[in-house]
Amino acid sequence: MDGLARLLDTFFNTEVAARYWPDILAGVWITIGVGVAVTATGLALGFALAILRAKQTPWFSIPIVMFADIMRALPPLIIIIVFFFAFPLIGISMSAFTATWLSLSLVLAAYAEESLWGAILSLPRGQSEAARSTGLTWWQTMCAVILPQALRLALPPLTNRVIAVSKNVALGSVVALSEVLNNAQSATSTAGNPTPLTMAAAAYLAIFIPAMILARRMENRMQWRV
Amino acid sequence: MSSSPILELVGLRKAYGPLEVLRGIDLAVRAGEMVCVVGPSGSGKSSMLRCCNRLEEPTGGRIVVDGTEITGGGVDINALRQKIGMVFQQFNLYPHLSALGNVTLALRKVRGKSAAEADALGLAALKRVGLADKAKIYPGQLSGGQQQRVAIARAIVLQPKLMLFDEPTSALDPETVGEVLKVMRELRESGMTMLVVTHEMGFAREAADRVIFMDGGAIVEQGPPHEIFGAPKHERTRAFLTRYTSWA
Ligand SMILES: Nc1ncnc2c1ncn2[C@@H]1O[C@H](COP(=O)(O)OP(=O)(O)OP(=O)(O)O)[C@@H](O)[C@H]1O
Ligand SMILES: [Mg+2]
Repeated sequence: MDGLARLLDTFFNTEVAARYWPDILAGVWITIGVGVAVTATGLALGFALAILRAKQTPWFSIPIVMFADIMRALPPLIIIIVFFFAFPLIGISMSAFTATWLSLSLVLAAYAEESLWGAILSLPRGQSEAARSTGLTWWQTMCAVILPQALRLALPPLTNRVIAVSKNVALGSVVALSEVLNNAQSATSTAGNPTPLTMAAAAYLAIFIPAMILARRMENRMQWRV
Repeated sequence: MSSSPILELVGLRKAYGPLEVLRGIDLAVRAGEMVCVVGPSGSGKSSMLRCCNRLEEPTGGRIVVDGTEITGGGVDINALRQKIGMVFQQFNLYPHLSALGNVTLALRKVRGKSAAEADALGLAALKRVGLADKAKIYPGQLSGGQQQRVAIARAIVLQPKLMLFDEPTSALDPETVGEVLKVMRELRESGMTMLVVTHEMGFAREAADRVIFMDGGAIVEQGPPHEIFGAPKHERTRAFLTRYTSWA
């Protein structure tokens, strides 16, 4: 066999691919499911924290800053391991899905909070003063004046972070979450051939390239309105 | 001239930490009166204005607007603020909303008007400042003078009893100052009560009913414009005015 044939046989083995594609596809659904769930809860929690922090009371701000710093400093892998392996010792057990979803949601929330908070802070004070001077409440000002502008400013870092954190669903393999990468790895060792890993890579591209295109379109659309 | 005060400041004090910037201001502005406030930078003009709608919390004294004391607990400040329009040096228009969207936001959110009602009132307000044709335009595409006129429309659409202006023309190109002053003059002629911090001495001299000179957190001197500008009694007023006119 020449080099090219060996490469094809090793990484693009059709026989192995035919045998294991249902496993890979099952993993794709798990990856997408966890990714979407993490995006929803992570952004929701992050936005809620940024808005609470904008209240500028130390009772909220100090714990929020601590939470955001810790969650951004720790490798997500460690957080997943703690939730899955350490929490049962204090009587809190959870599935691999829950541990991965919860960990990544908290990580995304920390980054989303920082991005949105930074955007809120960068708006001129006069924006909220103008709104308050016409009788809008703090909350009305937040919803109608501050958030629409802050979300637009924060959109590029937010979309980048959503993609980065969703990719980390692969870390769920350490707690045996049957997402794409985990299924591909087990398939690889049973088959004795790394073709499933190639399939996993293709699956990642199929999931994330459209996500990136969608993100870019959202950013462009937001930029044109002003 | 009517004599009931729309705005009454009694012994108003304001301190930022140890720094006392208002040291007991007593001032009454009657209905329909236009009072211009002049004074050197840091004399507390903005602080006084911003206490009047409690964008800054006063540290002492009383503020009465249209018969209601707005200082102290138990007041619905959001309801009261609708009676007090404010125009800022930097316009502070909402960049994500059209001119009409800027003007109608409070009508919709605070007054609970329907979109159609709010738009009709908003268009009428834009018309008063000569910008009915710019209703759909976003602030980024308006000149400074136009933006400031939209900001005035945003305030008057709520039919306030009192309008506060904090250096409304200081951030404008010289060629657009006139159009904003013209709108302010028309507003005054329509009977609006106005308290105006300004460095436009010409405007104060010719349009104000009364001019206040502030320095060091206190009112040093006040009177009709021809007295303050023509024959200032106080040495500090004289020094300020000569310095100001020689710079201008
Ligand atoms: N938020 C604040 N915190 C601390 N000090 C402040 C604050 N706002 C104003 N000051 C101080 O209070 C004093 C009065 O300020 P103010 O803005 O009322 O003056 P001004 O007469 O409006 O001046 P200018 O003509 O420059 O606008 C100044 O010394 C200023 O530095
Ligand atoms: Mg000022």
